[in-house]
Amino acid sequence: MTAELHLLTLTQIAAGLRQSEFSALELTELLLRRIEASDQSLNAFITVTAEQAMQAAKRADAERVAGRGGVLNGLPLVHKDIFCTRDVLTSCGSHMLDNFVAPYDATVVERFANAGAVMLGKTNMDEFAMGSSNETSFFGPVRNPWDLERTPGGSSGGSSAAVAARLAPAATGTDTGGSIRQPAALTGTVGLKPTYGRVSRYGMIAFASSLDQAGVITRSAEDAALLLGVMAGFDARDSTCIDHPVPDYVAQLSGSLKGLRVGIVRQHFDAGLDANTALAVKAALDVLKAQGATLTEVDLPNLDLSVPTYYVVAPAECSSNLSRFDGVRFGHRAADPKDLFDLYCRSRGEGFGAEVKRRIMTGTYVLSAGYYDAYYLKAQQVRQLIAEDFRKAFSEVDVIAGPTAPTPAFRLGDKTDDPITMYLNDIYTIGANLAGLPAISTPCGFADGLPVGLHLVGPHWGEAAVLRCAHQYQLQTDWHLACPEAFR
Amino acid sequence: MNRNWQVVIGLEIHTQLATRSKIFSGASTSYGAAPNTQACLVDLGYPGVLPVLNGEVVRMACKFGLAVNASIARRSVFARKNYFYPDLPKGYQISQYELPIVEHGELFIQDDDGNEKRIGITRAHLEEDAGKSIHEGLDQYSGIDLNRAGTPLLEIVSEPDLRSAKEAVAYMRKIHSIVRYLGISDGNMQEGSFRCDANVSVRPRGQQVLGTRTELKNLNSFRFVEKAINYEVQRQIELIEDGGSVRQETRLYDADKDETRSMRSKEEANDYRYFPDPDLLPVEIEPAVVEQLRASLPELPGAKKQRFVREYELKNDDADILTASRALADYFEAAVASSSAQAQAVANWVLGDLSAALNRDSLDIGDSKIPASELAGLVDRIADSTISGKIAKEVFEAMWAGEGSADAVIASRGLQQITDDSAIEAVVDAVIAANPSQVAEYRSGKDKLFGFFVGKVMQQTGGKANPGQVNAILKARLGK
Repeated sequence: MTAELHLLTLTQIAAGLRQSEFSALELTELLLRRIEASDQSLNAFITVTAEQAMQAAKRADAERVAGRGGVLNGLPLVHKDIFCTRDVLTSCGSHMLDNFVAPYDATVVERFANAGAVMLGKTNMDEFAMGSSNETSFFGPVRNPWDLERTPGGSSGGSSAAVAARLAPAATGTDTGGSIRQPAALTGTVGLKPTYGRVSRYGMIAFASSLDQAGVITRSAEDAALLLGVMAGFDARDSTCIDHPVPDYVAQLSGSLKGLRVGIVRQHFDAGLDANTALAVKAALDVLKAQGATLTEVDLPNLDLSVPTYYVVAPAECSSNLSRFDGVRFGHRAADPKDLFDLYCRSRGEGFGAEVKRRIMTGTYVLSAGYYDAYYLKAQQVRQLIAEDFRKAFSEVDVIAGPTAPTPAFRLGDKTDDPITMYLNDIYTIGANLAGLPAISTPCGFADGLPVGLHLVGPHWGEAAVLRCAHQYQLQTDWHLACPEAFR
Repeated sequence: MNRNWQVVIGLEIHTQLATRSKIFSGASTSYGAAPNTQACLVDLGYPGVLPVLNGEVVRMACKFGLAVNASIARRSVFARKNYFYPDLPKGYQISQYELPIVEHGELFIQDDDGNEKRIGITRAHLEEDAGKSIHEGLDQYSGIDLNRAGTPLLEIVSEPDLRSAKEAVAYMRKIHSIVRYLGISDGNMQEGSFRCDANVSVRPRGQQVLGTRTELKNLNSFRFVEKAINYEVQRQIELIEDGGSVRQETRLYDADKDETRSMRSKEEANDYRYFPDPDLLPVEIEPAVVEQLRASLPELPGAKKQRFVREYELKNDDADILTASRALADYFEAAVASSSAQAQAVANWVLGDLSAALNRDSLDIGDSKIPASELAGLVDRIADSTISGKIAKEVFEAMWAGEGSADAVIASRGLQQITDDSAIEAVVDAVIAANPSQVAEYRSGKDKLFGFFVGKVMQQTGGKANPGQVNAILKARLGK
């Protein structure tokens, strides 16, 4: 049994701990050994918090023995290095913050810790979450456990790789344009992005505030439901976090898909989609149909505008959000500045990587006097149109299904010289961010030996609907159980 | 100020709102703490932190809007004003830009000719203050104190309706008075809680088009506002008359040298890249809330002044001064309430000896050493002729020094006025008997000597004889 602990889902681990089949410490030590062993090949972690993890596991075991402990007591997980964790390096994948030890815990981190979860470490990511391949990380790219020459996706690539390689049963991530769902699709894991405002952004280092949302990468929809129930809910420290009741997501997983109205967007299956990916997704839709769901075509007429809209709004917000990294109070500071201007220019010039600079410059441009109306304001108007398209679609269907990413994992280095092609990787996921909708990616097969993700989008506060759909699908399929050979 | 030129001034007044905590964080706003001890992670702009609006500032801004007859926006929006400066931790200031909370207000001042004049208030918006850069005493470094960062400000922008430095000061005083009446700001100018920028331009009289303006920064006293504007107006007129032209720029007033000097030109100005702050929701205010706030407003200076003139029959100017500060007006009303004398007599004492004593000891009216009821006691003793106005000054000083009430001082010092005719007649007779030559001179027509006799009588009675009676008896006894 013990040798197989790393293959268990959170739900299975919780059951095992309850029945004292193993201890949290035993499990934690096993996973820490696996993380250490994989470090060379995957580069999924920026920081491993072994000592704290073992302390936390011991506390969890004591609580368990005493018959106490929260709903996640003793369950191991890892945090994307964008979440502030007290007394632990919080780098955001950047040289700018490679010396930044956060003085406080993000709300998400705090809620998981209070529920008894054991943090194993902080995962690698694209710098400030800007990227779709994890190649913009100052700490080097993460490798895909299914093929070490390929990307695990991004920006939550460390999280997706860690979960896929069975280094941790679950990871947090953040999703601004697809940064949870695309890496989940590319690594054969489950990635959930909740409704904007469902989860507090406090302590999550901001990329694009109106789009950023915290979520999770797991190996089952059931685990995602379990974690969402803990992380969701009102937080007075985030004005955009909405006071909306948190249902029992796990309880709502059951119930057949009979009568579920599934919307299909025709443009999703146009030329841009890889043929074998399309086959896997279509097969998944057939499974849903066989389970009693009805498939209807829906129209999202402004969908083609979502990528350009996103690449105005997100850089605009990031150009302002990243102004605080000026070398004055924290983070990288240039040596021997000759004056204030030099301090700013060199601290930021040295601290930020090329992709971050590109987006800061784009964002600065679109907000400038004389360009604001043509770019930023126009993009906000288009964003309203896109949200309206989804609203209309959800008057006819319960979820919208399609591919998560246009291709399976691509080779590292393949797209680094071509930002536009890289940006197009998020073409199916960005709409949910612009409209603030919940969405999930669940494994639905393989294309050329690489995992493919099925993307399910729900209406506002429709987390339960997409989770149930994914869970019911997982009851009929075993794609989510597939484990990369080298990490069994 | 100049026959050929018309001066055009608009003011931007920054009022610090008197909340206990900051506009977007829970840190304290109290003044004077050790550097960086009142700045939390939000004020420091740490990675991951978020602003949360302090609801009290919204109520305060609404109260101000209602007090100046402005419209309160049902929906206003916070925006980011982006620029780099070390004392601006986030690299942007959260302010309101396109949709401010207060718009289209007005207030009335007396213009240079003494007529009532309407000054338009364009808008008032909420924003956070920046921190402070410290350039002295740190060798080649600059220090940053972020205690002030995140302090709530209400920026009140006037229309360019002001036509002289004096009008500008009158307007600023009115605003100062209103914010203190409302209790939304302590108005403390030394601590920077009330400061202003002035936009100043001149144009030939009769010309419609406005002249090029300069912006004078950070004027933190009424006196500096007046001096800086006067200097700047003169500078602009001379510049144009000498064939030059005014450059649009920001200028700093140097109080030590009494001059303004260029800080940065229009070309050097920042592009602030304003956009709605995605971390904050729009501020929505229900009309019912506005009505509640309207009902909670205290009587404001303008209304109070009119009431003082009507109810107490005060002189216009006296009512104006008494109502400039709510505390002073309250003191006056308390004194009137416990006095049987005429209200104007009470006003004379409040604005005269009492104000002088407060100024001398640098005290606020709230710290007066003579409570209102005791000042009333003093005025009553004059009214009922117990003491003369002159003796009353001595009694006042004794009261100020802590010797007790007017009655106590009069009794202990024996200052009660002599009003007994026979007692005064005796002194008068003695004075006449002792000064025969002066009596002869007076009787032969030297009228001026009357004062000599009054002085002698007063001298001999220790100033306590009732002056009216002394006059009457002397006149009768000296004959003519």
